[in-house]
Amino acid sequence: MFKRAMFLVLALALSCSAALAADAAKEIKIGFVYVSPVGDAGWSYSHDLARQELEKHSDISTYYMESVPEGADSERVILSMARKGYDLIFTTSFGYMDPTLKVAKQFPKTAFMHASGYKTSENVGNYFGRIYQSRYLTGMVAGLMTKKNQIGYVAAFPIPEVVRGINAFTLGVRAVNPKAEVRVVWTKTWYDPALEKDAAISLLDIGVDVIAQHQDSPGPQEAAQDRGAYSVGYHSDMSRFAPEAHLVAAVWNWVPFYLEAVDQVRKGTWQPKSDWPGMESGIVDISPYGKMVPEDVRATVDQRKQEIVDGKYVVFSGPINDQSGKLRVEPGKVLSDQELISFDWFVDGVVGTMN
Amino acid sequence: MMSGWRIVSRTEPREWGSVVIFAAAFALSLLICGLLLQVQGKDGALGVGLLLSGGFGHLYSYGETLLKAIPIFLCSLGVALCFRLQIWNIGAEGQYVIGTLGGTWFVLTFASLPGWLLLPGMLISAMLAGGFWACVSAVLRQRFGMNEIISTLMLNYIGIEILKYLIYGPWRDPAAMNFPVSPYFSDSAVIAQIWNSSFWLDFGLSENIVDVMAQLCGRAHWGILSCLIAGCLCSFFLQKTRLGYEITAAGSNAKAARFAGIPYSRLVILVMFICGALAGLAGIQECSATLERLEPHIVVGYGYTAVVVAWLAKLRTVRIAFFAIILAGLRVGVENVQLELQVSNSFANTLEGIILITVLAGQFFNDYSLKRKFS
Repeated sequence: MFKRAMFLVLALALSCSAALAADAAKEIKIGFVYVSPVGDAGWSYSHDLARQELEKHSDISTYYMESVPEGADSERVILSMARKGYDLIFTTSFGYMDPTLKVAKQFPKTAFMHASGYKTSENVGNYFGRIYQSRYLTGMVAGLMTKKNQIGYVAAFPIPEVVRGINAFTLGVRAVNPKAEVRVVWTKTWYDPALEKDAAISLLDIGVDVIAQHQDSPGPQEAAQDRGAYSVGYHSDMSRFAPEAHLVAAVWNWVPFYLEAVDQVRKGTWQPKSDWPGMESGIVDISPYGKMVPEDVRATVDQRKQEIVDGKYVVFSGPINDQSGKLRVEPGKVLSDQELISFDWFVDGVVGTMN
Repeated sequence: MMSGWRIVSRTEPREWGSVVIFAAAFALSLLICGLLLQVQGKDGALGVGLLLSGGFGHLYSYGETLLKAIPIFLCSLGVALCFRLQIWNIGAEGQYVIGTLGGTWFVLTFASLPGWLLLPGMLISAMLAGGFWACVSAVLRQRFGMNEIISTLMLNYIGIEILKYLIYGPWRDPAAMNFPVSPYFSDSAVIAQIWNSSFWLDFGLSENIVDVMAQLCGRAHWGILSCLIAGCLCSFFLQKTRLGYEITAAGSNAKAARFAGIPYSRLVILVMFICGALAGLAGIQECSATLERLEPHIVVGYGYTAVVVAWLAKLRTVRIAFFAIILAGLRVGVENVQLELQVSNSFANTLEGIILITVLAGQFFNDYSLKRKFS
């Protein structure tokens, strides 16, 4: 009985398929797949700022798709981007790794770049930035600004990227304030403003006076402001959400990196590789300080920042103890990239568990 | 002479008329979508075209739509069975999750079994686990009088937490750099895609045909068979067996059914178990066929979509299949609009919502007529 309706719908659909717009002249088409909404002030927002910069170039067209669930759905989205003939596709969440590789196999002429993973193939590169360097610096600010020596960290998922951030932050805190502790709670969300705010409130309830975060929403920032505490932002300058609380933020600047990748694809020199640039390239940085951060704190942190940029200071250099006090990195040694990519333990000074 | 309209309840449900109503409501909803797009400064007609062509207009749309329809259909079939008995099970989501866990457990534990044991073992284990999870609510309801809407909903969250615990803990793949994913399933536990290009090429089929078929079938997998089997069994069960009749009878009047000697409690447990088993089957198939391992991302709300489908379909099996495909296609089509017209995700979700609500609202006219009133 539904046959007739089905035919009706199909006929309608088939007749409409011809309406697909044809492409204009020779321009390079770039696709972006985001895991969260672009208006979130967070991770996807930071990529989208760069996308908008690319779009300003007359010979680059960009397309994005936001809030794409990781897993089976993402494969379809990446697939349709590849089918539409995009030249370069950025997939910006860890869960897109296998789907990206699967699609890339079917479209050997398309360049794919996957952020925050670890696999590459003939036409899939991966990339990330050493944001942990910025985390370390923001940790120093937090360590110098806390009065109760209790800092809260609202964290997303217990995966290496987040653990690495917590550890770098804590090393920064401890470098300037050996008595301070960093208390971690997991929200198991990337973007849930209400839940993330509540998690920050639970930390404020047990007496922390600085809130740091690793999520896409500014919820924790708002919680800190409501309670008269300080906060440290992530992804982008979040000071507009909590002007009284926002000390500083670890921020991304993807523009130069993306421009370069696009340029390589255009010239045909693009190669799939694992790219992990640091602060020296400008891909990661810290935001301007809030007005409550005194001059001497700024000077201390700026000096360390310069040392990191110059390659004179390495964040994960020994001696580093783990939570139990056991020496994990010998003095004079540094953690390898391989170890950083699979971080699964907390440094001394973190109060919290791995799940 | 005064005239007006009044609403009259229909004694006979519409048959062919309901098709017309659906088509009209669907067309109306597309019109609203087009207008909304126009208000946003986009080309409305193009948008509607993109919506339909994304889901149903390209060769490759069908495989994608079918792929997504499989879990929706299975979950919805089970949910509809519960609804027939007026058991308001909205826990297909949790049963889907626990079923996936059951299947994954089997695959990880008995990875070395031969394929002809591993695959069925995985499916059965998933169905038992999903069924068991649903039975928890059924028993709570029959033993302690706990409202099943609350218990099934709450158990969804508990199921998802158990998934997170396992995937961040014991089942985390050590080779995956501490990311929350299980080890890959062994090849024999992966449900294959329907179209196997290299097989048919070897078979001697021409390259063009193979290419067209590969596009048409896309990622759709053999789980489609389980839909056909489950659908047929369910229809047979409801129409031809005594138990099936008892479910329909007890659904329309539980008290009378008890007086008539129908074992109501057992029926409740039975339908809940079947629903859980079907949802579990949906979960493990989705997991095995598309991701080939357990990831937290398998939870995407099919269990809730299933409830919508069951209502749209008025609990009837063929219609469930139809609406599962329509809803899956809409999702795929809405993505096409999002990508081509660069509208936001919330706007795309709004379009999807408008279509659903309009079609649901249109069903009012299946049960009621507007009659001209003369006085």
